[in-house]
Amino acid sequence: MSTETADEITSRPSERATVERMYRYVFFACASVSIAVTLGIVGLLGWNAVEFFTLPEVNPVGFFTGTEFLLSRDQFGVLPLLTGTLLVTIISAMIALPIGTAAAVYLSEYASDRARSVLKPALEILAGIPTVVYGIFALVYVTPFLRTFGFPLNTFNVLSASVMVGIMIIPMVSSLSEDAMSAVPDSLRQAAYGMGATKFEVSTGVVIPAAISGIFSSYILALSRAIGETMIVAVAMGSRSRMFDFANPLQNLWEGNQPMTAAMVQINSADNVSGPGFLSMFAIGMTLFVVTFLMNLASNRIAARYREEYE
Amino acid sequence: MSQERLTNQDETVSSGENSADPTSEPLVDSAIEVPGKNATSTGRTILRAQSFDVYYDDVQALQDVNIEIPEKQVTAMIGPSGCGKSTFLRSINRMNDLIDAARIEGELYFDSKDVYDEDVDPVALRRKIGMVFQHPNPFPKSIFDNVAYGLRVQDMDVDEQQVVEESLKKAALWDEVKDQLDKSALDLSGGQQQRLCIARAIAVDPEVILMDEPASALDPIATSKIEDLIDDLAEDYTVVIVTHNMQQAARISDKTAVFLTGGELVEFDDTEKIFENPEHQRVEDYITGKFG
Repeated sequence: MSTETADEITSRPSERATVERMYRYVFFACASVSIAVTLGIVGLLGWNAVEFFTLPEVNPVGFFTGTEFLLSRDQFGVLPLLTGTLLVTIISAMIALPIGTAAAVYLSEYASDRARSVLKPALEILAGIPTVVYGIFALVYVTPFLRTFGFPLNTFNVLSASVMVGIMIIPMVSSLSEDAMSAVPDSLRQAAYGMGATKFEVSTGVVIPAAISGIFSSYILALSRAIGETMIVAVAMGSRSRMFDFANPLQNLWEGNQPMTAAMVQINSADNVSGPGFLSMFAIGMTLFVVTFLMNLASNRIAARYREEYE
Repeated sequence: MSQERLTNQDETVSSGENSADPTSEPLVDSAIEVPGKNATSTGRTILRAQSFDVYYDDVQALQDVNIEIPEKQVTAMIGPSGCGKSTFLRSINRMNDLIDAARIEGELYFDSKDVYDEDVDPVALRRKIGMVFQHPNPFPKSIFDNVAYGLRVQDMDVDEQQVVEESLKKAALWDEVKDQLDKSALDLSGGQQQRLCIARAIAVDPEVILMDEPASALDPIATSKIEDLIDDLAEDYTVVIVTHNMQQAARISDKTAVFLTGGELVEFDDTEKIFENPEHQRVEDYITGKFG
């Protein structure tokens, strides 16, 4: 009896170990692919950017300080593209963050199970619409609609494209924020209700503060998405870059503009694949990457800073 | 033989019935320590349930509860798990409103007003009937902000500093935290957190404090501090406490209500009477540990 048991628990050790090791390598390979590709992209981006900056006709300082981006005249100032991107990001944030947060509060605190079961999938469908459709929608419907309020919009303009980017990222904010709010333990809500707090006071005074790190993370992710958004702005904002006009701030909204992403698309579809114009795409791409990378870094910091243990 | 006794529960219960002696000694040791009625007792009824039923969907959690809870005394509710004692407690300040499936029938008066009347605002009701929960649930805020929370949501025109200090003193926590009021409440120990929750509940000066097994998640020393505190609280407040621990009920309460399986309030009387000479055999079986 005892020798049989000993046999049973010692049999086939080598085969099992081999299989285990094989699984380990398979999983490791899968995990490595994404890291390798990411590193490869960043490396090539950096390599081509360096090549661009070392071209005789390119002034590296001028790239970061120039206020004009015009390929036909070898003007490679990135500032108008950067301000274009910031403009879109700020306006879309002004739309998406409040609406997305309020939607998350509704879904997490107010909605009945029935309402939630309809609204959550609906919001997720909104996230699944191809962005080119948003872009065409901005061009064909949003601009005429906003004109009825008296905004003097050009055909291609910053405002309707930014509104559309904002609407596009609402589901991201609401879905991630709702996850964070739903994770707040019920005991905290009960404590607040037990003190005679209203639903609104519980939502704003207890649930949101307890979920704030998750909510901030959703903001940063959504903003990164807005910064990187390409199709909406390429379709609805035209193809002329403009330096931000500080003298007439509102005028910037009525006119078209070209953020970094749209400029890269335009360059990519040009014929010449070796000149400074083409290589400038990589320098812009590198700038874009650094901006979003810093945002993700900030997001992690903020999430850690505001993390609250509930129990 | 022993196998038989383990499996045949009915026989065990009924044999207890046979051997019961109505003039026996106190059934639970600690019942000897039962305090007399609180000196502050007015004898006035502050909470009264009449033919009160609660259903969760189709399941009846409480049936035909009739009870008169006296003002400024400690009333304990005991009974086995699922007997409806917590359901009754949560019905008093309408915390069951938060559960969609819950439905009530009958009447439940706070003073002279049925709390389930249509014109009663549950938010306003909870401002008069505070609650302390089984697990300490301080907000992830500072100690001071926790106690001041109720004052702020109720927009009370008081000196926050003073009320916070008084509440923490009443909750026997002031000396331990007075130098760290801006520290997170989550850094306190479990027992301190629970006293903080009590301070938070009394800061808004309610008339009744409901406690749902407030010491069941605490160690014995923290538990005894909470029990001392409950005794003190009865000077100013009506305390209704649900507990699993019969010794605790015997130690701290003036009146005891025994709920048994099926959501039935079987007996309600002075704690002394319940623990020494209950009217119902089922209550005696439960208290002596023969059942439940």
